[in-house]
Amino acid sequence: MITLQHFLLLSAILFCLGLYIVLTRKSAVAILMGIELILNAASISFIAFGRFVVGSVDAQVFVIFIIIVAVCEAAVALAIILNIYQNFRTVDVDETRELKY
Amino acid sequence: MSEIIYNTIFYIFVALVIGSAVIVAFSRNIVHSAFALLVTFFGVAGIYVFLGADFLAIAQVVIYVGGILVLILFAVMLTSKITDVKLSNPQTSPYIAGPLVFLIFVGLVWLIMTTPWQVKGTLDIGGISAIGEALLGRYLLAFEVSAVLLLGALLGATYLARKSQ
Repeated sequence: MITLQHFLLLSAILFCLGLYIVLTRKSAVAILMGIELILNAASISFIAFGRFVVGSVDAQVFVIFIIIVAVCEAAVALAIILNIYQNFRTVDVDETRELKY
Repeated sequence: MSEIIYNTIFYIFVALVIGSAVIVAFSRNIVHSAFALLVTFFGVAGIYVFLGADFLAIAQVVIYVGGILVLILFAVMLTSKITDVKLSNPQTSPYIAGPLVFLIFVGLVWLIMTTPWQVKGTLDIGGISAIGEALLGRYLLAFEVSAVLLLGALLGATYLARKSQ
């Protein structure tokens, strides 16, 4: 029998892996991948709660908004990363310290 | 019997998600990370099917795999020096982040296992028609605002990514 706890544990594992990526990676693109993993973990939790506890479609609507925000964030972040690369010739977040180049 | 098959397929999807997420986290080549992320997104779409969210599973495949992942791969190809495999995805030392993340994980597992969840059993919440009615009914304002947000993000991304002169 697959219960709520199974989905929450999967979500916790995904969240921790994403957090680990965000904390340890140096490349800005890799950090973005970690953020996407964290957002997916949150979505899984949302849908699991909507399915097993609340029993309404509201959770799925929330996940649609999460996906919309993830798309916006990815587009703007990648545009910023491309700009950083044009100016610094690197996307290492430890190297890019200056606001004005 | 069908219960066993159901559980087996579920655990296959869980293994797929966690295994590929581990590759994303620990691979030294950023292209490998990006392609493992593809598998993770597909696995999460499968998990959505297990949760009865068919529409979101399709949306996950179309938006994440077709949109976000292509953007990420695009950025990987444009920015990193992928020819030197050893250096393409550098990591800082994990001696602080590792224990910190592990502590958070233990805390989360403790929370999940000890909380008395008010589980009402597997609830039937309706499919795409219910989502459509909710989006264009109770959540109409949020829906329109998110449309404006998408437009703003699109314009902002185009403005930021253009060749600066």
